[in-house]
Amino acid sequence: MKNRKSAYLVLDDGRIFEGEAWAKEGETFGEAVFATGMTGYQETLTDPSYFRQVVVMTAPHIGNTGMNTVDEESRRIWVSGFVVRDPSRISSNWRSERDLESELTESGVVGISGIDTRALTRHLRDCGAMRVGIFSGEGLSREEMIRRVRKSPEMVGANLVTEVSIDTKYLVPAVGVKKATVAALDLGIKGATPRLMSERGIEVHVFPFNATFDELSAVRPDGIFLSNGPGDPSTMQSTVELVREILQREIPVFGICFGHQIFGRALGFETYKLRFGHRGINQPVLDKASGKVEITAHNHGFAVRAPTEGIFDTVFGRGRVSHINLNDQVVEGLELLDRPGFSVQYHPEAAAGPHDAAYLFDRFLHLMEGQR
Amino acid sequence: MPKRSDIKSVLVIGSGPIVIGQACEFDYSGTQACRVLRSEGLRVILINSNPATIMTDPEFADATYIEPITTEFVTKVIEKERPDALLATLGGQTALNTAIKLHEAGVLEKHGVRLIGANVEAINRGENREIFKGIVESIGGESARSQICHRIEECITAAHEFNYPVVVRPSFTMGGLGSGIAKDESELREIAGAGLRYSPTTEVLIEESILGWKEFELEMMRDYKDNVVVICSIENFDPMGVHTGDSITVAPALTLTDVEYQKLRNLSINIIRSVGVDTGGCNIQFAVNPHDGRIVVIEMNPRVSRSSALASKATGFPIAKIAAKLAIGYSLDEIQNDITKETPASFEPTLDYIVVKIPRFNFEKFPAADPRLTTTMKSVGEAMAIGRSFPEALQKAMRSLEKKGYSFDFSPEGDLEYELEASRTPTESRIHHVQRALFLGAGVAKVHEVSKIDPWFLDQIEQINEMARELSEPGELTASLLRRAKRLGFSDQQIGSVTALKESDIRRKREGFGIHPVFKTVDTCAAEFQALTPYHYSSYDEESEVEPRTRPAVLILGSGPNRIGQGVEFDYSCVHAAFALKAMDYETVMINCNPETVSTDYDTADRLYFEPLTFEDVMEIYRAELAVGPVAGVVVQLGGQTPLGLAKALEDAGVPIVGTSPAAIDIAEDRGEFGALLIREQLRAPEFGLAYSYDDASAIAERVGYPVLVRPSYVLGGRGMEIVYDDQALASYISRATEISPDHPVLVDRFLDHATELDVDALFDGQELFLAGVMEHIEEAGIHSGDSACVLPPVDLSTQSLMEIRLATEKIARGVGVRGLINIQFAIEDGTLFVLEANPRASRTVPFVSKAIGVPLAKAAAQISLGKSIEQLRAEGMLPKSGDGQARGISVKEAVLPWNRFRKRDGSGVDALLGPEMRSTGEVMGRDDTFGKAFSKSQSAASGALPSTGAVFVSFADRDKAEGIRGTKKLFESGYKLFATSGTANALAKEGINVEQVRKFSEGKGPKGEMTALDLIEGGVVALVINTPFGSGPREDGWRIRTGAVARGIPIITTISGLNAAAEAMVAQRHGDFTVTSLQEWLR
Repeated sequence: MKNRKSAYLVLDDGRIFEGEAWAKEGETFGEAVFATGMTGYQETLTDPSYFRQVVVMTAPHIGNTGMNTVDEESRRIWVSGFVVRDPSRISSNWRSERDLESELTESGVVGISGIDTRALTRHLRDCGAMRVGIFSGEGLSREEMIRRVRKSPEMVGANLVTEVSIDTKYLVPAVGVKKATVAALDLGIKGATPRLMSERGIEVHVFPFNATFDELSAVRPDGIFLSNGPGDPSTMQSTVELVREILQREIPVFGICFGHQIFGRALGFETYKLRFGHRGINQPVLDKASGKVEITAHNHGFAVRAPTEGIFDTVFGRGRVSHINLNDQVVEGLELLDRPGFSVQYHPEAAAGPHDAAYLFDRFLHLMEGQR
Repeated sequence: MPKRSDIKSVLVIGSGPIVIGQACEFDYSGTQACRVLRSEGLRVILINSNPATIMTDPEFADATYIEPITTEFVTKVIEKERPDALLATLGGQTALNTAIKLHEAGVLEKHGVRLIGANVEAINRGENREIFKGIVESIGGESARSQICHRIEECITAAHEFNYPVVVRPSFTMGGLGSGIAKDESELREIAGAGLRYSPTTEVLIEESILGWKEFELEMMRDYKDNVVVICSIENFDPMGVHTGDSITVAPALTLTDVEYQKLRNLSINIIRSVGVDTGGCNIQFAVNPHDGRIVVIEMNPRVSRSSALASKATGFPIAKIAAKLAIGYSLDEIQNDITKETPASFEPTLDYIVVKIPRFNFEKFPAADPRLTTTMKSVGEAMAIGRSFPEALQKAMRSLEKKGYSFDFSPEGDLEYELEASRTPTESRIHHVQRALFLGAGVAKVHEVSKIDPWFLDQIEQINEMARELSEPGELTASLLRRAKRLGFSDQQIGSVTALKESDIRRKREGFGIHPVFKTVDTCAAEFQALTPYHYSSYDEESEVEPRTRPAVLILGSGPNRIGQGVEFDYSCVHAAFALKAMDYETVMINCNPETVSTDYDTADRLYFEPLTFEDVMEIYRAELAVGPVAGVVVQLGGQTPLGLAKALEDAGVPIVGTSPAAIDIAEDRGEFGALLIREQLRAPEFGLAYSYDDASAIAERVGYPVLVRPSYVLGGRGMEIVYDDQALASYISRATEISPDHPVLVDRFLDHATELDVDALFDGQELFLAGVMEHIEEAGIHSGDSACVLPPVDLSTQSLMEIRLATEKIARGVGVRGLINIQFAIEDGTLFVLEANPRASRTVPFVSKAIGVPLAKAAAQISLGKSIEQLRAEGMLPKSGDGQARGISVKEAVLPWNRFRKRDGSGVDALLGPEMRSTGEVMGRDDTFGKAFSKSQSAASGALPSTGAVFVSFADRDKAEGIRGTKKLFESGYKLFATSGTANALAKEGINVEQVRKFSEGKGPKGEMTALDLIEGGVVALVINTPFGSGPREDGWRIRTGAVARGIPIITTISGLNAAAEAMVAQRHGDFTVTSLQEWLR
């Protein structure tokens, strides 16, 4: 058995967990968040929304099925640190190409293993998401480690989109007969999103986050898509303005996750930070119109504050909260009644997670088809 | 209020006796259902023939019918109670099949009873393989290529098309009964032939083999709004080819990517919708090809199943409870998650721990049976363990099985080739061969190649092996090494054996280092929300979650996995203790590792520890509970032999044992001390002696007189026990079945061969005796009491004898020092009372007696243990104001035997003979106002009704010929046609009994094609077989007759006393009408 060096996970509030160095040795900082999915660590690692976060996996055995090229959600691993209890020594899956630890090491991700991840999760649940550092292979004092963690940047007020978005736009062609054209704003988009749209006959033009209205218009989109992404939505004022312009022109809009928060801000609602957020693939969301529950994939630390009952007024006409989270009543979806626009806080593209909400892409297509 | 206002009363059908494939998980689910329905203000009517269930306690239903679960009797209950609805999805295959039969007979329609949970169409779509296959195809899934066959020739043609091996699956049987894998035509004829007979629709499926693929199962729930959720994914450690009930299984699935898992999830959702399970649970099984990910849907159960119970315990999501709520009109989002109390049930549990289930087998009781595991379930129970890693959970589960030698062995010597070869075939011990092969250096790839077990699991076992090697290296056992070993699930005992130290040394070392497990919580949500229900498991991790408390705690030790001899009856008593001690305002703490039970429902005790029942594990829980509040003591007398065996060690370690003390237990269990007590009290026991050689044994037999009962002194529970009638048989037994030596003596008892055996259950508080009941065995002496039918009150026992028994019981209880329950077995021969044995604990018959007399014995025992007196209990109304237990009506307990589950390697059946070794898996209760009727009911409920018309085949051993006349005459006189072979026929004819003579099997068919006895049986000519065997060894004729009858499901009687009882029942049946009476009516 390989003898590993000691490593420390140090929280903002001074709590320290001792474990073993895993993946890359060194030090790393980020916001400590826990993810409760039992499958899909590869999708989680490559989801840009986890940028600058140190992700704690609550499932104890991670890495069992290795890594493959097909399941990557973006071009790289984004997490700034990875915390697991029992990393697998072997990869056992017919599609596996590489093993998790070497992939993390190559990507420069500092990890820690062997810690009581449940104790850490309970701490984050009770005290809220907070800054964290992982230190391995170093001989720092506890005080020094805590000091370094407290010097690292906070998530509130962080604008991270510039770092995860792309420089130049690209095209994902429609599969089969083309039914619509969508301009998608990459705020940290996952590969599954354009794929699910293209499977429905949508041609998707993926734009950098700072594309202008004219640039988007140039592809003559039937609708605009706002992707997920990392960071604090309150830092995204210019994107909010862009969305307002789109809504003015009555072009159909669909936002998910970070995109939903921006959509909410464009409607005039504020966003706020949840204590520890929703990160998992088992979140029950109620579709208020149908009364049905969908089990959904979540990854967000912020949320939109809006009245969950009745109809509200915005400068773009009437609207309502379409979905709520049954665990904690958090707003999970918004829709305009007088203009073509809606958004959800969760991930209809799943990956990882259940496919219950994939119908929302159909709804987007119908909305665009209805506008023509 | 229930969402459906059209339902005011519901009939719930239970699952009947514990049999292989259908165990106490359905008591767990049924009990939950009854609780839910009653709390919703519905009138609950329950039918279940199994008295050893919590659900049949009078407080769980408004009207409880302990009656046979047959169309006839359920119809009577419906006619009497007129329920609005029938809930049949929580009582296993028995309830589902009964509901279908009631529907087909038009009973439901006639009385306006609606089937809730799943409708008939959905049940058929889920259970009919052809329709189901069509559904799978229609939603874009794949099934294994297969063909439905109704005749053996069709089976053979299909097999040629798919190439051997092929899988045979009979329709509408439970637990995979009758299914198997055929490698060639002769195997196919054997297996498919039996399958066609087992299937109520004479239908089997012949299927391409997907042996060696990975196997998964998803537990699903759906509500009327069409919300569908996955409660749990389960992965089989054993690849395809082993019934999931016989497989080691793991939750959650560990070797799937999200992409693959979501494919299974999508298929499951589409299947549950297309099958149309309106509300409630179902499970769907999949095979996944490890080389290309091809998914094949195997089957679904449109009901709550054994896996649902496992999934409920594994996740903390109570499937049956929620299913009951959904059935009466709630939707998932309207139901609260019990564990968090703030989130709804419309979500998918997520686990931050690993659950491992290992089946418990009893092959040692069926030495002739083929030990290879197939698609027919053979295990009799299971243990589950929870850990924070797979190795931890696996090793905990292995020690939870309480099977000596079942934990991993790390001795350096071994034969690698042998271990690899043994890893190829799935058997009970394959996991050991796999681990041994790895330990001897085979490597993961090689072991995967022979066993097809996923390399991930093998690497985990390899990590356990590596730790064992590290531990065995010379050098100090450091804190860090010890901690790492504990994290991999090693017990102190295992570490001791690897390091050549004693378990106690390891324990002391560990305590010195301050290395103790912490206790985590099963919370459905991986700690995302706070858990309010204390459902704990241990792990060597950092933070413990046991909450402080102020009330004194009582720890109740459960009985572990079900096995023959220690089944649901003991769980029943433990559950009662939890209820009774809660009522005394103690904080009740349950410790058990059997996922099928009511005791491991987090609703039963105040705190639940899902842990192995070993000294080490119990001590750690005691330590953890002592750290958070006062502990009044530990209850060991209700969970059977398992906790009783721990009592002494716990007491020595300073743990207070409440009730009967370990010293008292010792008196009862030590033959010498107990013998002395009997002499002191002037009570008699059969003469016996301890033999250290054959000559000793022969001398003792000479002294006490043949026949003698012989058994090795070092095994318990009737293992290896035999009755021998002469020197020759004694010599054969000694050489065949024992390793007689000065260290391993053999007990030789005088066998009372024409005695009546009696079982007594009683309570004693140190002052007063409450004699609950005296049960008379219906089978003669020499049949294990667990396998013998018995009747309460005794039918032919004099008042004089009863008084003598009471006196003896009191003397023994006082002499032993019982505080709580005691069970004593007596025998009366020629008017003399003999004491056979005394057990100072709850017995298997406690639930039966409690129901027969209407007194909760286990509750009373628990309260006596904590200091209440019988006088107090009488005043409080738990016990009658005065006197002993009074039986209401005549109650018969009958045992249920698993003969049809086991075959020899050549495919022929194992012999269906009773003996001193217990082999029954469960029991039923038949109750009425005459013995004949009560016995008749017990037979209907157990193995199949005795015939009311038709022919009976009779064949007696010579020594039984005179005795057998009485019962045979009764049958003849009430109009049953009789067949017999020559000897018996002549004996009967002399008594003026008309009988048609048939040829013996050994004589073969006559010149004109005259039938043999076996032809009669196989041709379905006779409806009942009576065959008493001679001596100890089975003879060809008798064995053919008995196995033939078992294979065709024809009731069989093998003893004269069984015949006499059956004759009375059959005469009663001729006189017609039976009525049904609820427990509440009996007790009124």
